[in-house]
Amino acid sequence: MNTAKPSATSSGNPKLRASELKVGDTRELVLVENLTRTQIVMYAGASGDFNPIHHDETFATKAAGYPSVFAHGMLTMGMTGRLLTDWLGDGVLREYGVRFVKQVWPGDSLTARGTITAIGDDGSVELDVVTTNQNGEPVVAGTASAVLPR
Amino acid sequence: MSEPEYEFFVDRTAILNFAAAVGETNPIYWDAEHAKATPLGDIVAPPTFGIASAHWNPNYSLRGARRIPRSEPKASGEVHRAGGGSLARVLHGEQRFAYHKPLQPGMKLVVTTRAGKTWEKEGKKGGKLKFSETVSEYRDEAGELVLVATSVGVLTEKAVEK
Repeated sequence: MNTAKPSATSSGNPKLRASELKVGDTRELVLVENLTRTQIVMYAGASGDFNPIHHDETFATKAAGYPSVFAHGMLTMGMTGRLLTDWLGDGVLREYGVRFVKQVWPGDSLTARGTITAIGDDGSVELDVVTTNQNGEPVVAGTASAVLPR
Repeated sequence: MSEPEYEFFVDRTAILNFAAAVGETNPIYWDAEHAKATPLGDIVAPPTFGIASAHWNPNYSLRGARRIPRSEPKASGEVHRAGGGSLARVLHGEQRFAYHKPLQPGMKLVVTTRAGKTWEKEGKKGGKLKFSETVSEYRDEAGELVLVATSVGVLTEKAVEK
């Protein structure tokens, strides 16, 4: 039904040109230090995901058997998106996907790291992206692509 | 199995709240004057904002204002969408977005959701994991594709450890 590919033409508000990047370039961004339950609740409200496992300590521990509430995977994905847009620009992404590898708990500190894996002649750029916690463990890992001016 | 389509109205306040929740510092998400001076011409939504269409989805199972079903997981991969599963055992395994146009305030989108692939695998700590994909297409009033969001739900047999 849907075979349409995102546009391969540069648009949006790019921060740089593809020619300013090379394969292997990396960039890091500290996403959060000491993640608060308040931020998790803000994300619940903003996203509409009110699964009590993310905000109701009693439900999370007693009913569900987790050590505490934990962050929405999408909160980490959303924070990780900042690395991409701060680096490449607004409205330049064509694809962004992650696997949720490990839970993120209140008190965690997260750092995202992007690595350029391919640059096309047309200005297309591919990246690997991984966000790790304070123990160096990946919590989300994935890929993104963008189209920049050449 | 397709679910009925629903409308998703993109507005500045929702974008502001979402940007604040993910710790955004980029004024493109709330400062209209700043945004006007860029080629985008207006505020845009952060890359994962499409997920907030859940607010508009009448069948969304995780809305706080609704009675939340807490029945045991069913053996079907569809439970995370259908809302009949245990909230404690259905995790978000993977999420992908394909971007066709930026989401901007004033857009009225129609979201159509369908089931994608399903598969199973053994979990590292024992217990079977059941994966099921849900594909949501967001189209604008001209019927043009704006966003495709693919979500992979994982139905687990046991809770994760810290």
